[in-house]
Amino acid sequence: MIWASWGDFWAMGGYGLYVWGSYAVVALGLLAEVIGARQRQRKAIAQIQEHKEDTDL
Amino acid sequence: MLNIFQWAAPHTFYPLAGKLWRPFAVLAAVLAVAALYLGFFVAPTDFQQGEGYRIIFVHVPASWMSMVIYLAMAFWAFLGFTFNTRLSGMMTQALAPTGALFTFLSLWTGALWGKPMWGTWWVWDARLTSELILFFLYMGYIALTSAIDDPRRADKAGGLLALVGAVNVPIIYFSVTWWNTLHQGASVSVTKGSSMAHTMLWAMLLMALACWAYTIAMALYRVRSIILERERHTRWAQEVTA
Repeated sequence: MIWASWGDFWAMGGYGLYVWGSYAVVALGLLAEVIGARQRQRKAIAQIQEHKEDTDL
Repeated sequence: MLNIFQWAAPHTFYPLAGKLWRPFAVLAAVLAVAALYLGFFVAPTDFQQGEGYRIIFVHVPASWMSMVIYLAMAFWAFLGFTFNTRLSGMMTQALAPTGALFTFLSLWTGALWGKPMWGTWWVWDARLTSELILFFLYMGYIALTSAIDDPRRADKAGGLLALVGAVNVPIIYFSVTWWNTLHQGASVSVTKGSSMAHTMLWAMLLMALACWAYTIAMALYRVRSIILERERHTRWAQEVTA
């Protein structure tokens, strides 16, 4: 095992800020993209249904 | 000639992409978890960089993807110009945001790695500058295509930018050998093999595969939205979303 404790793990041998700063922003970036893509798909579907109601009238 | 062209029609590709994106998303998650486990709990401490080197497991895959996705966009743009298939332009557009994101992440993780190892967040050297130009190319592509209302004209203008901008990709890749730079040379090479410990290398390669799977899932997912946005007046689009 590389890490003696969880404290050791989070400290990353003194590089904690840089290592976790990297991984946190990667995670946030991917999460934001996934949320954005889902919203875009919902919006696209909603627009079609609105348009359909217009033509049905 | 080929049955492939059958899938180039938006209304046949929409359900196919709908079936395909999920397995790729699951694959991406599984591979990422395996890569993180290997990278943080199995790979040894680096004798020069201590634990700080562990940024490599996201930095290198993100950088690879930033280049690969731009080449993929150029490939779709080329197909669009040659075969005039409607789907090509949509695929180019579906890839762009993911490419821009990976380019940003490459620059961000690179800065956070550069600070403790080189003593600076940023230098205007060939590798870093050409990667920044790649980021501007992605932003330029997105801005250009969203500024043109007619989707077919947007595809053509954007496709041209994707093709011309692809020149930058080999410049990024070879920048570390062509110029003197602070950035280290390639740790993994097709001709020379790898200079890394095996577990480190595996963690990095698994993460790269996870990023590939993520990008494919994301492009398939986003192209469905683009198809619906463009085909919203058609009967099939109204039926498929009902």
